[in-house]
Amino acid sequence: MSSVQGRNGHSGPDPWAVLRAATRARVALGRAGDGLPTARELEFRAAHAVARDAVHTPLEPDVVRAGLGDLDVLEVRSAAADRAEYLQRPDLGRRLAPGTELPATGADLGVVVADGLSPRAVHEHAAGTVLALLERLPGWSVAPVVLAHQARVGLGDEIGAALAVRAVVVLIGERPGLSSADSLGIYLTWDPRPGRVDSERNCVSNVRPPHGLSYAQAAGTVAALLGAARELGASGVALKDEGPALPPGAG
Amino acid sequence: MIRRTTLSGHTFEFPSLSDLLAKATPARSGDVLAGCAAASAAQRVAAQTVLADLPLATFLEEQVVGYEEDDVTRLILDTHDRAAFAPVASLTVGELRDRLLAWAAAGDEASISGLAKGLTPEMVAAVSKLMRNADLVAVGRRARVVTGLRSTLGLPGRLASRLQPNHPTDDPLGVTASIVDGLLQGSGDAVIGINPATDSPGQTIALLELVDAVIRRYDIPTQSCVLAHVTTTLRALEKGAPVDLVFQSVAGTQEANRGFGVTLELLAEARAGALELGRGTVGRNVTYFETGQGSALSADAHRGVDGRPVDQQTLECRAYAVARHFEPLLVNTVVGFIGPEYLYDGKQVARAGLEDHFCGKLLGLPMGVDVCYTNHAEVDGDDTDSLMLLLGAAGCSFLIAVPGSDDVMLHYQSLSFSDVLTARQVLGLRPAPEFEEWLARMDLVDDDGRVRELTADAPAARALLAAARS
Repeated sequence: MSSVQGRNGHSGPDPWAVLRAATRARVALGRAGDGLPTARELEFRAAHAVARDAVHTPLEPDVVRAGLGDLDVLEVRSAAADRAEYLQRPDLGRRLAPGTELPATGADLGVVVADGLSPRAVHEHAAGTVLALLERLPGWSVAPVVLAHQARVGLGDEIGAALAVRAVVVLIGERPGLSSADSLGIYLTWDPRPGRVDSERNCVSNVRPPHGLSYAQAAGTVAALLGAARELGASGVALKDEGPALPPGAG
Repeated sequence: MIRRTTLSGHTFEFPSLSDLLAKATPARSGDVLAGCAAASAAQRVAAQTVLADLPLATFLEEQVVGYEEDDVTRLILDTHDRAAFAPVASLTVGELRDRLLAWAAAGDEASISGLAKGLTPEMVAAVSKLMRNADLVAVGRRARVVTGLRSTLGLPGRLASRLQPNHPTDDPLGVTASIVDGLLQGSGDAVIGINPATDSPGQTIALLELVDAVIRRYDIPTQSCVLAHVTTTLRALEKGAPVDLVFQSVAGTQEANRGFGVTLELLAEARAGALELGRGTVGRNVTYFETGQGSALSADAHRGVDGRPVDQQTLECRAYAVARHFEPLLVNTVVGFIGPEYLYDGKQVARAGLEDHFCGKLLGLPMGVDVCYTNHAEVDGDDTDSLMLLLGAAGCSFLIAVPGSDDVMLHYQSLSFSDVLTARQVLGLRPAPEFEEWLARMDLVDDDGRVRELTADAPAARALLAAARS
């Protein structure tokens, strides 16, 4: 509010600091007339720009492959032709492009790395999370990792069914916020097949060290959920004591 | 009934009323997603041409969502006021557009506003589809809807704002800091309204008591609201909490409202409970509703007669029929929150915001707008500036405002407190009268009514900052 913050004659700390200390909200920004001071305006624009770039950066398969080392990797696309269609047609992002072929593996687990709404999150955190997860699943047979372009969470159902796996884990870039453009989400679905609904999944959100969950924390939770899902033969709200169900709008 | 027309040598057919309305709708991604959008620009104008010749009375005979299976349709038809409809009963949709524009140009607010209970949501949606953006502004500003509880909203030349002090954990100090920040910038005359991070009776009561204490401490002529589910507010009412407003998100079909966990009976019960408290000083409007195009589709509850999809803008108007039944103090559309699969870019968001304001006002609602966007939509601050100024020109009752445009709980961008100051300044608009007097009493405005840029040691700033210290 003050255009003369820090020069208000007080010898003690800035009195506006009372507001700033109380919340992460953008309070006490000061004003330039009825607008924002230039520095505050540019801070806001920078946060939005980073979030926008996170949405529109294309998924770079080589970045993920490099992090996965010796693991076999397959690549697929959803039925959404490009980013603009992906953003407007979530239904197409849940279906494989026509003609896609995947091997029926009969493995215990399928792992899908999906760009989602933040390919940047995938570049930074997907490989590390996959390796941490597989370390915690001794005795589980695992199908080749599937890298999916223009993908929503639900695409894992069709991929999982094609791979003939008992469970599928989808690691996907979450919708970027102003202060978190690199957040990765993990969704677990037991017995994946087209037609599964969000309440049949479990979700671990906000994987983004050092601000959010570490790879080890996330992998530990997902491995525990997988173990419980195998016992129960189901995932989702049926596993309610083990972890949260899918948050609204996440699919 | 099949309706058809020929345009540029091609015959276009529209097999149902819902198909005609959908095809006539200005382009938006949600209708493409629902599979009901026009397939070409020519088909869209052909539909508008057919719609223009449709008698308004058709909407009383033919439904887009069935009467027997949908309680919103029953509410619309059972409460339709034939006397209020009489002045336009013989008109077509196109003729209604012409009539509204003539009344607006003449400044005839009484004729426009008098139609409210005679119009159905489908009629209003239909006429809006024939209007350009400037038409929506010109008529919207002449549809007068005045409501009140402890401040008076909707008066000519006024623009109020909802102060939205959300916090990711409902921390009392964090919420208070945002409230103080907003008050110091002249925001909060429509309501101080919090979206709780946790929807529980205990949390809701704690937040209600917090805001009530601030309002009483500084004697602020406004009202509070915790935007919890109506069943949570009912519990808070039972426990004697200071509930000014009953809030609920509503949609345009019975099925979508079921998805929200709400029935008309529940809303009536909660409203009665709030009315009983008698907390108003200048009025008795005790409900607050939020809506938004796409909410029915996102709940897979957007189909009507014969299972046909209904376009999202027509369904939005039907939500207004639910809201107006409960004589609200505030209604706002949250335009741009739901994502690019419903409204893709700044053009679609602006169009929807102006439609929603116009349609709400024409149906008699105290209409405000949350002008907002998410990071995956093709929208930015320039787009929200433009829509804000258009809505100010359109006589919008109130705008949502958050600290620095950044809602740190709901993770989207809305207008900031200073944006509202800009809109008031540029368009010569003032806060609600009771709140304007309070701002003067608190020495928060100068002699010209402009909100001061205070230093932290100014008496007014020190007085309010004390709330964030205690």
